[in-house]
Amino acid sequence: MDLSYGGEYEAFRGEVRDFIADHASQAPKGNGMRSKPVLDWQALLIEKGYTARTIPREYGGHGAEPDILKSRIIAEEFANAQVSNGLGGQGIQMLVPTLLEIGTEEQKKRFIGPTLRGEIVWCQGYSEPNAGSDLASLTTSAVLDGDEWVVNGQKIWTSTAKQADWIFCLVRTEPEAPKHKGISFLLFSMDTPGIEVRPLKTMTGDSTFNEVFFTDVRVPKQQIVGSRGEGWFVANSILRHERGMLGDPNATFSRLNALIELMQQETVDSRRVIDNPVFRDRLMQIQGEVMAMRFNDMRILSAKLNNKDASLAGMIVKLQGTELRHRLEGLAIDALGELGLLYEDSPLLRGQGAWQSQYMFYLGLIIGGGTSQIQKNIISERGLGMPREPKPQQV
Amino acid sequence: MEFGLTEEQVLLQDSVGRYLADHASLDRARQFADGAEERAADVCTALAELGVSGLIIDEAYGGVGLKMLDAAIVAEQLGGNVTPIAFAASAVMVPLALQRAGSEAQKAHWLPLLAAGEASAGAAVSEAVAAREDARISASGGTLTGRALFVLDHAADVYLVADDRRKMHLVEAKARGLTSTRLTSIDKTRHIGELRFEGVAADPLPGSDDPAVLADVIDAGRIVLAADTLGAAQNMLDQAVAYAGERQQFGRVIASFQAVKHMCAEMAARLEPCRAMIWYAAHAFDEVPEESRLTACHTKAHLGEVGKFVAKTATEVHGGMGFTDLLGLHYWFKRIGFNRQMLGGPELVREEAARLQELI
Ligand SMILES: Cc1cc2nc3c(=O)[nH]c(=O)nc-3n(C[C@H](O)[C@H](O)[C@H](O)COP(=O)(O)OP(=O)(O)OC[C@H]3O[C@@H](n4cnc5c(N)ncnc54)[C@H](O)[C@@H]3O)c2cc1C
Repeated sequence: MDLSYGGEYEAFRGEVRDFIADHASQAPKGNGMRSKPVLDWQALLIEKGYTARTIPREYGGHGAEPDILKSRIIAEEFANAQVSNGLGGQGIQMLVPTLLEIGTEEQKKRFIGPTLRGEIVWCQGYSEPNAGSDLASLTTSAVLDGDEWVVNGQKIWTSTAKQADWIFCLVRTEPEAPKHKGISFLLFSMDTPGIEVRPLKTMTGDSTFNEVFFTDVRVPKQQIVGSRGEGWFVANSILRHERGMLGDPNATFSRLNALIELMQQETVDSRRVIDNPVFRDRLMQIQGEVMAMRFNDMRILSAKLNNKDASLAGMIVKLQGTELRHRLEGLAIDALGELGLLYEDSPLLRGQGAWQSQYMFYLGLIIGGGTSQIQKNIISERGLGMPREPKPQQV
Repeated sequence: MEFGLTEEQVLLQDSVGRYLADHASLDRARQFADGAEERAADVCTALAELGVSGLIIDEAYGGVGLKMLDAAIVAEQLGGNVTPIAFAASAVMVPLALQRAGSEAQKAHWLPLLAAGEASAGAAVSEAVAAREDARISASGGTLTGRALFVLDHAADVYLVADDRRKMHLVEAKARGLTSTRLTSIDKTRHIGELRFEGVAADPLPGSDDPAVLADVIDAGRIVLAADTLGAAQNMLDQAVAYAGERQQFGRVIASFQAVKHMCAEMAARLEPCRAMIWYAAHAFDEVPEESRLTACHTKAHLGEVGKFVAKTATEVHGGMGFTDLLGLHYWFKRIGFNRQMLGGPELVREEAARLQELI
């Protein structure tokens, strides 16, 4: 164990703190993802190395050496200050790492920089009406015609498809191959003719996801990541990144701090909520769990850097992280009682209604990105080496 | 920068683990639990030779001079093997108290004996955490009077006793006016007991006027008990996965039933982050003082909760076999139950965590 926060790190923490103190007023608060404050803030954070920190400069990142202590300090300080630590989303958190790993040089140069800067917003076209948990049974097809793929079919639950400029999409290119081996991974512009997006309203009241229909959508042949038929492999490498991002303990830590403040401010019968031992104990339980997940996160980062195996520690993050976050938001609602029910533009609304919307949103994330049940299948099979579900007998 | 164990620590883990697997199997624990042994002398001697009893004792006093993380690594192995040995108090809490607050004479007398495994020490500090039955010890004129319950590592030659002003004293087991009674608990691999003091001459630890010393001693005990739970729970999970891979019902191994797989996945998902938590808590104890108390509290409480879940679930995976004495799974179940309550159950320790943050 070598976590010595030597002088260098203390100085670095000081720098981050000073930066936040000096610039927090410029940080976006609930602005749209293309607004000037968001894009400016993103550019500033990349320049300072507080986001896209280790992505090479030639691709539009900050280009710093990986240093998990510094990454931890940045995550902590932004979380403590409850200030935005930059843009997230499927493009930045899932596609960029995948392109870095598998993309061609041309793809890296073309897509990573604009994605990091927030100029290209992506959506993820995986799920279909009949291919959810069983994603590999997807049927949206792409047939090569000259120098172009011709895409036909339908996606569903596609988050931000309405706002997105581009989509990374799984399509079946080898209909004769076994189901996992017939899939390819395409990138294409959402402006391509033949794409229709129909928003689906979610339980939160927002239309965060959509149905997307493809009719003879023509995609240049080279906009494939990995080779033909390797899409499942590429997608799995993405899912690894997605599962790391869903349930991020630092984001949860930030919400925990907000929850602690809330419980100190709100009162029941003129007593602070935190003075109620039952609420206090529930808060402390969650604090302990958040702590465990943050140390687990440090272990994962360190294992990556030092080429050690912490695969089980990584495999459990999506399951534990999203369930924990859902419970945390739920505790805030309980602490608020009837006030916790208020929503949208209601007077007396607390925290802009975020406790309720996050509570519901995180239920969505428990389902999205591979449900909790699917996570448990993965943990038991790949993590613990238990046998796969036997295939039902053909009748 | 590395968040993990050093090569030396992995070596320590392996050497203790290998010895325990080869020489201190469940049969040995069972023999200890069934018999009337005060100490499992063979195990104590062998572990003393491996440096376990002197692990955190300074080299100047015959110990190995290691730190809390090393103690946690060993505790994990002991829990994993339900080893019948006095460790939490005898090898960690009492040596720590002596080193932080003992006089030169106290250290020179006791530390070499403890390091060599020639003496063992108990800790009577439960009342400083949460007194049951209104038990308390008061000190006056160099003597102790009162009652101490749930003394850890009770079969000892010397006791570390916390009085009602949080000052600590040493009392020899053979001291006049001291009555000692074993309290039989579910966990027969470790002894706890009651001490009654009637004007017993005590030898105060001069440095323990500072109440932070006792708090450190309790933190250390909590980390070590939590690490013991980590090892015990990991072992129960491993046993459950192995058993499920062999046991057949409905013409297939039960490990292929999703309900069973999901029980195991949930155990793994809750337990895996505990490993990092123990590492950090133990590391923080020595190196990050500003975080160490809160981390120790949360680690104790969290491992108590996760341990309880794993103990129940792993037993269920074994079906009726899990409930038998024959398989012996209950030794781990009880070990985890013991660790959960000693030095403060989850609710009490979380209340302390809240107080540390001035939320109360
Ligand atoms: C908020 C949100 C955002 C999303 N965003 C996107 C996106 O941007 N792009 C995209 O492509 N998709 C997205 N999805 C879709 C998401 O990936 C799927 O909803 C998810 O994979 C589950 O598929 P399904 O909805 O078809 O449910 P089903 O697969 O029908 O599952 C229904 C229930 O059956 C259980 N189940 C299914 N199979 C098994 C099994 N083998 N073992 C045990 N239980 C099983 C599930 O756990 C679940 O409880 C999003 C979903 C949500 C909720």
